[in-house]
Amino acid sequence: MWAFVFKRTLIALSVALTISVLCFSLLQLSGDLALSIGGPEATAEQVEQIRIEYGLDRPVIEQFTTWIWGAVQLDFGRSYYYQSEVMDLVVERLPVTMTLGMLALAIALGVSIPLGVVAALKRGSWIDRAAMAIAVTGQAMPNFWFGLTLIILFAVKLQWFPAAGSDSWQGFVLPAIALGYYATPAMMRLTRSGMLEVLEADYIRTARAKGLRTGTVIFKHALRNAVIPVVALAAVELGFMLGGSVVIETVFSLRGLGQLAWNAISRNDYPVVQAIVLIIALFYIVLTLIADILNAVLDPRLRAR
Amino acid sequence: MAQLLSSPVAATHHPANTWLSRLVHSTFKNRSLAIGLLIITSLGIVALLAPWLAPHDPYLQNTANRMVPPIWHETGSWTHPLGTDRLGRDYLSRLIYGTRISLFIGLVVALISGLIGTTLGVLAGYFGGRVDAVVSYLLTTRLAMPVVLVALAMASLMGGSMLTVTLLLGLLLWDRFAVVARSATQQLRDAEYVQAAQALGCPLPYILLREVLPNIAGALIVVATLEVANAILLEATLSFLGMGVQPPSPSWGLMIAEGKAYMFFQPWVITIPGSALFVLVLAINLLGDGLRDLSAPGGRNE
Repeated sequence: MWAFVFKRTLIALSVALTISVLCFSLLQLSGDLALSIGGPEATAEQVEQIRIEYGLDRPVIEQFTTWIWGAVQLDFGRSYYYQSEVMDLVVERLPVTMTLGMLALAIALGVSIPLGVVAALKRGSWIDRAAMAIAVTGQAMPNFWFGLTLIILFAVKLQWFPAAGSDSWQGFVLPAIALGYYATPAMMRLTRSGMLEVLEADYIRTARAKGLRTGTVIFKHALRNAVIPVVALAAVELGFMLGGSVVIETVFSLRGLGQLAWNAISRNDYPVVQAIVLIIALFYIVLTLIADILNAVLDPRLRAR
Repeated sequence: MAQLLSSPVAATHHPANTWLSRLVHSTFKNRSLAIGLLIITSLGIVALLAPWLAPHDPYLQNTANRMVPPIWHETGSWTHPLGTDRLGRDYLSRLIYGTRISLFIGLVVALISGLIGTTLGVLAGYFGGRVDAVVSYLLTTRLAMPVVLVALAMASLMGGSMLTVTLLLGLLLWDRFAVVARSATQQLRDAEYVQAAQALGCPLPYILLREVLPNIAGALIVVATLEVANAILLEATLSFLGMGVQPPSPSWGLMIAEGKAYMFFQPWVITIPGSALFVLVLAINLLGDGLRDLSAPGGRNE
C-alpha cells in the first residue's frame, strides 16, 4: 500500500514540475514579453527599460530558476497590472472560487446520486428516461449560455437571486447551479451504472435472501459500494470546476480566481496567468492523487497496477 | 441507400455492405441515432448551402435597422425572420453562416486531436512497458492542464482567430482518444490475427495500420463524435470570452457575447444562437450515444 502511495506521489510531483516548466515556457516562447507589457504605444527605450526592470534580459534558465524557486515558496512575483504581489491577489480571490466550487459540487452530488439510484432501481421507467434526458441535455448546454439564461430567468424575470456579485450567499446560488449542472451527467451515469452492477452482485442477493428490508439492502449494502467510484470522480470534477470557474465567474462577475485569470489574460499580466494556471493544475494533481489513493484503499485490486 | 432499403436480401450477398445495412437497419431501431443523424445532416446541408440559404449578407450592416425583433414578436417582420443584431445585420443569415464555423472547427479539431491521441494510444497499448509509461505520463500532464484557461492564455498571446483556436484545441483535446486507443489496443495485442501477422513477419506499420487500427476504429469514432461536440462548445466559450473567432465572423459564441449587453430587454439575442449551439451539440451527442449502442449491442450501461 505504501509503495503505491509513494509511487503515485512521485508521479504527481514530477507532473507538477512538468506543468510548471510548461507554464513558464509557453508564455516565454510566445513572443517578446517586454513588447506585450509595454503595449502598442511604448517607445523603444521604454520597452528596453521594461526588459531590465522585469529581468527579461537575463538568460531564460536563470529566469526560470528564479521563478520556480519563488513558486516553491509561494512567491509568484509581482503583477504587472495590479502592482502588488501575485500571491496576495490569489489569496484574496481564492475563497470565492473555493466556495463556488464546493457549492457546485454539492449541487452536482445532491442531484446526481439520488437521480442515479432511482434511475437504476426503476430501470426503463419514466424516471430513468428523464434522468437520461437530463444527462444528455446537460452535456449539450454551453455553460456560459446556461449561466446567462439563469440570469435572465431567476435574476431579471423572477428576481429571486442577484445577477452578479459575491457579497452575499444568494450571489453564489445561480453560478453554482450553472457550474454544477455541467458535472452532473457524468456522475449520474456513473451512479446509475454502479448501482445496476452492484444490485446484481451475490452479496445483495444474499442480503435479500436473508429477508432484509429493501431499504436496508439498497442504502446499507448497495449504495455504499456503488458510490465509491462516484466519490473519486467527484474529486476530479472539482478540479475541472476550478478550471471552468474562469467562464462562470466572468459571466456572473464573481471576484474569484477565474475572473482574476481572465482579467490578467486580457491585460497581458503574465505573472498572474502563470501563477493561476499552475495553482489550478496543482489542485487538480492533488485531487486526483487523493482520488487514486482513496480508490486503492477502498478497492485493494487497484493497488497491483 | 434506397436500394438497400427496398431489398434487404441484396445486402447479405455483399459482405462489404453488411456494416452499411446494419447501420441503416439500426438507424431505424435506434431513435437517438436517427434523430442525431437527421439534425446533423440538415445542419451540414445548411452549412454547405449557406450562400444560397441565407436571405441577406451576414456582414451587411444597416444602422437604420438595428435590433429588429424576431418574427414571433408583434413588431417582427418576414424581411428578418430572426431579427437583426446591434449593427442591423440579419440574425438568421449570421446563424446560417455560423453553422460553417462550428462544424468546421469541430471536425478539424477532432481530426487533429484524433491523429495525436490515436498515435500515442496505439503505440502505448501495443508496446506497453516504457512506451506506455511515457504516454501515460504525457496523458497525466495533459489532464492536469485546465483546458479553458490554457487555451485562453495561448489564444491571447497568439492572437485569437479561427486558425489559432482550431490548432490549440486540436493540440489539447487528444486525451480521450489516447485513453480509448490504448485500452482497445491492449486488448487486441494478443489477438490471433495480430500474432499471425507478427509471425508472418509483417512490418510494424502494416500491423498497426491494417490489423490494429481497423479493429479499434469503432471505439474511436464514438470518441470522435464526443470530441467534435466538445470542440464546438469550447470554441463558443473562447469566442464568447473574446479570445476565439474574432468579429465580424458570425461565430455563435461571439453572437452571444455581442448580445450579452442587450439580453435583459431582448433575451432572444442570446436565446437564438444559444439554442442553435444546444441543438447541434445535442445532435452530435445523440449520434455518439447511438453509435456506442451500435458497437456494444448489450446496452448503454455495460
